Amino acid sequence: MQNKDISGFGKLTLGAGLAFLYVPILILIVYSFNASKLVTVWASFSTHWYGVLFNDDAVVSAFGLSLKIAFLSSAMSVVLGTIAGLVLARFGPFRGKSLFAGMLTAPMVMPEVITGLSMLLLFVELQQWFGFPAERGMLTIWVGHVTLCMAYVTVVIRSRLVEMDRSVEEAAMDLGARPFKIFFQITLPIIAPAIASSFLLAFTLSIDDLVITAFLSGPGSTTLPQLIFSRVRLGLNPEINALATMTVLVVTLLVVGANRMMVKAERRRARLAAA
Amino acid sequence: MAESSLHQAAKTAGAKSYLQIVDVVKKFGDNTVVDHINLSIAKNDIFALLGSSGCGKSTLLRMLAGMETPTSGKIILDGEDITALAPYERPINMMFQSYALFPHMTVAQNIAFGLKQDRLSRSDIAERVERMLELVQMKKYAHRKPYQLSGGQQQRVALARSLAKRPKLLLLDEPLGALDKKLRQQTQLELVNMIEQVGVTCIMVTHDQEEAMTMAGRIGIMSEGQLLQVATPGEIYEHPNCRFTAEFIGETNLFGGHVVEDEPDHVCIHSTELPRPVRVGHGITGTMGMPVWLSLRPERVGVSRRQPVASGNWAAGTVGDIAYLGGFSIFHVRLDSGKVVKASVPATHWREEAAPTWNEPVFVSWTDNDAVVLTQ
Ligand SMILES: Nc1ncnc2c1ncn2[C@@H]1O[C@H](COP(=O)(O)OP(=O)(O)O)[C@@H](O)[C@H]1O
Ligand SMILES: [Mg+2]
Repeated sequence: MQNKDISGFGKLTLGAGLAFLYVPILILIVYSFNASKLVTVWASFSTHWYGVLFNDDAVVSAFGLSLKIAFLSSAMSVVLGTIAGLVLARFGPFRGKSLFAGMLTAPMVMPEVITGLSMLLLFVELQQWFGFPAERGMLTIWVGHVTLCMAYVTVVIRSRLVEMDRSVEEAAMDLGARPFKIFFQITLPIIAPAIASSFLLAFTLSIDDLVITAFLSGPGSTTLPQLIFSRVRLGLNPEINALATMTVLVVTLLVVGANRMMVKAERRRARLAAA
Repeated sequence: MAESSLHQAAKTAGAKSYLQIVDVVKKFGDNTVVDHINLSIAKNDIFALLGSSGCGKSTLLRMLAGMETPTSGKIILDGEDITALAPYERPINMMFQSYALFPHMTVAQNIAFGLKQDRLSRSDIAERVERMLELVQMKKYAHRKPYQLSGGQQQRVALARSLAKRPKLLLLDEPLGALDKKLRQQTQLELVNMIEQVGVTCIMVTHDQEEAMTMAGRIGIMSEGQLLQVATPGEIYEHPNCRFTAEFIGETNLFGGHVVEDEPDHVCIHSTELPRPVRVGHGITGTMGMPVWLSLRPERVGVSRRQPVASGNWAAGTVGDIAYLGGFSIFHVRLDSGKVVKASVPATHWREEAAPTWNEPVFVSWTDNDAVVLTQ
């Protein structure tokens, strides 16, 4: 593709496409600073709704819960996904390897409705038989999110390990390090950027998940996307605009951070290859 | 062979040979990559395994390091059977073809890594790292990361790292393969000096014959997983034991023929490509009439305008191509049989008369001691 040769028509369609994607978000951000109570009528600039937002206990607690779940599920899925990626990339061919790989990554392609529903059924059954988990809430949401996020982490880590020069690990073994030590002192530091970016990926997946969460949440546990969804159903409200703007800000920061980290690692690797 | 007798054999041979590779085979599936190799190496030897790409050199080296397990056979180092030891338990260190430096560690940390595994004290480690940096002249770069170094510097760090633990055996896989040609020639002798300074037994693998001849005291020629000949560089060049070696090392003229006279001190070979039987001044283990190959190095072939007075070991022909290479020229002389013989003649040979030119009739000749009979 040659960027220079985009025709006038091409520019127009590109502009239209980008506008279609981003103008709504822009309007949302602009209107979050609207003084009026009416969403569609511009009055004057004000940060009033942000004040309302930060004093809304339901929003604050939902935001807290979402952050907690996102943090815990991305931490867990990074641990499990790294182990799974390591097994797939390093442990030669073993019986049932492709089945294992397929099942690990299935949640990526499986409709979330199916994942959510099947996990709901599982938890209901478990409760009947073992009395655990006693009720649906943070724990069940966490398990659901880990299932989803781990699939993505596994794919990222596995591909990073496959492209990594194995002789570096062999050299460590040759110099007297045992497999465990090699993993923690050689492999892990080398793939650290991939782990960090897969953590951020898992975090963004978890924090804005609505479908799986809807199936697995209970009465006392409302995450931020759930709260927004339920409020919007009652009618648009400038406070929600402010909330959405905050969400856009957080997600943008995370994505930019992940991107920069990957670019940095990529550059370092390129320099190493060129040297 | 029974366990005890093998052990006995290892003990008695151990006096001379430090490393013994006993009948080692490696198969990947049905593919035999290393085929019944036997090899003994003396202490402080620099040994080169030379063979074309894909002949199984790296696989053999990796079995010594412990990265691959032999399908059968034994590896004995300093009287100890190490075949079943894990790589991290072997007193052997390897310098990898890609150098395999740890990208997230500095030069000094790279060199210290192996020493840390031995739980040496911090001051001991620092001292040895210092000495290694001195050896490879990289003191200035101790705190650089690998990607901040040139290829030649990375290679020296890799060497220092593999020497730091004072291994009983040092393995080098294509040690200079990643460097460009000019740097390679300059580095060859430097590398040998460093290895000799430390005094370590060393096996290197290469596909570059010049590298093997320059660096190694002994060379093993490998082809398709088999070890064809083991000898000093000079012996390999002057007395190849088979057709593959003769053609692989340097240039040679090969003539197919059969034995027509077989005496203890000389043989005569008849070849349809040469006008009269060739007399060779060494005996062979063979029989009358057996098919053999005759190898004649270009620098052993003389070119002249006058017919030689000797009764044999010469042939008439005409000059085809001449490759002028400054100090010497390569004459491609077409014999009456159609065979082209290459002769490398030093420029100083043509003092009294001008060198022959294209299509001029000439005679090629050699002595009893120039041709080598190859029986396989
Ligand atoms: N792990 C492996 N699995 C299957 N085949 C292998 C493996 N390692 C090497 N080989 C094969 O063994 C042969 C010899 O390889 P190698 O020892 O690397 O050759 P060299 O170093 O002489 O170029 C090659 O044909 C290669 O494809
Ligand atoms: Mg190789």
